[in-house]
Amino acid sequence: MTALLEVTDLSIQFGGLRAVSEVDFSLAEGEILGLIGPNGAGKSTIFNLINGVLPPSSGRILFGGVDITGWAPYRVVRHGLARTHQIVRPLNDMSVLENCVVGGCFGRDNLTLAAARHKAAAVIEEVGLGEHRAVLARHLTIAHKKRLEIARALCANPRLLLLDEVLAGLNPTEVARMIEVLKAIRRQGVAILMIEHLMQAIMSLSDRVMVLNFGRKLAEGTPAAVVNDPAVIEAYLGTPDAAHKLAGEG
Amino acid sequence: MFGVIASMVDGLLLGAVYGLAAIGLTLIWGVMNIINLTHGALIALGMFGVYFLTARVGGSPYVALLPVAVLGFVAGLAIYGLSVHRVIARPPLMSLLSTFAVNMVIIGAGTAFWSTSIYNLPFSVPGITWQGFTFTGAHMLAAAVAVVVAGALYLFMRHTRLGKAIRAVANNRQAAELMGIPSGRILAVAFALGVALAAVAGGLIATLFPFTVLSGSGYQLKSFVVTVLGGLGNPAGALVGGLLLGLIEGGVTPFIAVSWTPVIEFVLFVLILIAFPKGLFARGAAR
Amino acid sequence: MSLLRQPMLWLILGAMALFAGLPGFGGDVALREGLFLTAIAIILASNLNLMIGYTGYVNFGNIVFFGLGGYFGVWLTTMHGWPLVPAAIVAAILVSTIALFFGLGILRLRGSYFTLATIGINEAVRALVSNIDAWGGSTGMYLSVSVYQPLGGPRQALWIVYFLVIGIMGASLFLSWFIRRSKFGLGLFAIREDEDAASVLGVHPALYKSVIYSVSGFLPAMAGALFFFKNGVIQPDQAFDLTMSTEAIVMLMLGGQGSVTGAAVGAFLYDQLRSTLLTSSMFSQFQLVIAGILLLLIVLFVPGGLIGWIGERWPRLRRVLE
Repeated sequence: MTALLEVTDLSIQFGGLRAVSEVDFSLAEGEILGLIGPNGAGKSTIFNLINGVLPPSSGRILFGGVDITGWAPYRVVRHGLARTHQIVRPLNDMSVLENCVVGGCFGRDNLTLAAARHKAAAVIEEVGLGEHRAVLARHLTIAHKKRLEIARALCANPRLLLLDEVLAGLNPTEVARMIEVLKAIRRQGVAILMIEHLMQAIMSLSDRVMVLNFGRKLAEGTPAAVVNDPAVIEAYLGTPDAAHKLAGEG
Repeated sequence: MFGVIASMVDGLLLGAVYGLAAIGLTLIWGVMNIINLTHGALIALGMFGVYFLTARVGGSPYVALLPVAVLGFVAGLAIYGLSVHRVIARPPLMSLLSTFAVNMVIIGAGTAFWSTSIYNLPFSVPGITWQGFTFTGAHMLAAAVAVVVAGALYLFMRHTRLGKAIRAVANNRQAAELMGIPSGRILAVAFALGVALAAVAGGLIATLFPFTVLSGSGYQLKSFVVTVLGGLGNPAGALVGGLLLGLIEGGVTPFIAVSWTPVIEFVLFVLILIAFPKGLFARGAAR
Repeated sequence: MSLLRQPMLWLILGAMALFAGLPGFGGDVALREGLFLTAIAIILASNLNLMIGYTGYVNFGNIVFFGLGGYFGVWLTTMHGWPLVPAAIVAAILVSTIALFFGLGILRLRGSYFTLATIGINEAVRALVSNIDAWGGSTGMYLSVSVYQPLGGPRQALWIVYFLVIGIMGASLFLSWFIRRSKFGLGLFAIREDEDAASVLGVHPALYKSVIYSVSGFLPAMAGALFFFKNGVIQPDQAFDLTMSTEAIVMLMLGGQGSVTGAAVGAFLYDQLRSTLLTSSMFSQFQLVIAGILLLLIVLFVPGGLIGWIGERWPRLRRVLE
């Protein structure tokens, strides 16, 4: 099994704070890796390092065998690595369709406008935004804006999708719908690296889980193994009861 | 050699006035992130204010600065209410345009009333001659007034409730409101203060040079240069930036034709803006 | 052809035909002079729209392109004896190249910082040009009547320049329209909405911004070369007049930024208003005051401009007027 993404010794220093410290991990083609940890553990920072929003202080990021360390974000996405934002960033005065067309036009396939429109229309249906395609992005509800983030990223036809808390702030019905969307994406063979606080979702979706604490990797393994790890329970999950409950469900 | 030093000293004196003019601009930028394009027009109004008070009412132009400051403050409140308050949270284009619109109105009305002919304050202050070089009294007095006003502003911002409230709003408007500071009123006061400072600076400039109703725009451009030198939104930096600009002007005048001075100024302006968008004296968190 | 069924194509061609035909057939010189200024205004406003409306970067010193183009054009025609059209084209190429260079520097700045830098560049260039002796320094350059001879004498030259300017006006509108409908334009709109998000979606912001900044200087530079050729004299204070820069912004706001027709309609209306005010005995003194009040009202109450307002009232018209 060759790794799609291989991160070695990744670190970044903000002034005196080492936000991410010597993190190693890899992700296989089509795999879903969950990334969990307390607030401020450096999860989103890892995303920013991988997709080039921040340059790492040290370390190496290989994607599909190519060293993409320090690449600008637009190059990374054209190479097939798309992401969503924890705090949604829709292109407000553009319609849902136009938002997605941007994703298609400038993504991995470098589509023409017409082809990107075609692709966008299909993806919009897929994530369930069909009836809102002509609506300006600013007028969407938060749940729909989160779906738009995913749709936009999918239009780039990525090999790997970084999802930053796409379930946060959604009500249970919306969470259920979103999980269906994510499962559909996985069936298409897109690998996913997802940050999530909603443990049920992590447990049911992830092939493997990585736990981050104070910028360092605390644990890594199957979901069941990780939630039973005493260090993880202490740092993140809190009570052992919760862990047992989760392990039972997973 | 002495000529160069004397020229630089004179430059520093002028620089203090440039600094004062820029403080008004940078204060408004720092508190509400708005580039006040009425700045030049208010400098011009300050010039005419001092002129008419001195020429018609009589008395010293320095005394006339006081009513000019008060009138400037009132004008500032009016401009804020008319053109700034509603665009404060909108994209920068909107506040640029709304303040520019007021600028057009003021300059247009000023041109209609006073034409664009040259005015001159009929007064003189004895200067000091030293080694054959004369430092005019007006320059020295203007610099002194500028430094005193800037110092007073500093004390006001540091040690009064209102000054602290302004700084709080500048720092974080939402947080300030949660602490019970009425940010709307504070913003109006800060804007009016900035405008009053521009008017006072204009009044001081009128004691130094002949002027027209259009003179303000040149000083507005100088204020931009000064603000960028000192860091946008940093009043203390503005005074230093003003002195620096005066020093540069005074320092190069003996060596090159006067017409090259603006080239140096504006090239420097653009380069500093690109290289140090937060100003030369930014300390980390300056906005 | 689907292009032939686009209303915009016919709107632009119709406008060009009106501008060329109205004074052309009657030989009405006064009308021609009025429309000449309107056409210049439309050129400035629609190219400025590429920056402000499409990309979201407020270029307050846009007139620098016009002025520099004028200087290069006059210099090539008078000092080097070039024919007008090649001189104007080369002037535009030079200006676009310089703009690309400027753009790489100042487009790192955002928001008001960028705006300040554009003012600084205009002032720096104005001050610099005032010191270039080969360009006549602060008194500028005068054209002798002999430069009009190859075009058949001054009288005919003025007509030729006028038709060329109408051509550039049409080119400006077509450029705005094509960019608006292109993938490149989509990238610009994405940058306008959220530059960082656009970059994460694959748009190369630095490249796109530099290119559009340079492109937005090309046609205004050509117009500048023609304008000052016709004018007979070029001086720094006239060529790099910040008031003209800001007037172009007012036109854009009046018509509606971001739309092809908005820039043109705004320029047309503003220019008509300006000439009406200037000729009326009652208002000529207060032209600036009235324009200022108008601008303030637009900014406060109709920020989308005329076209934005129409689009809200009659959504079906929005597609036609893009």
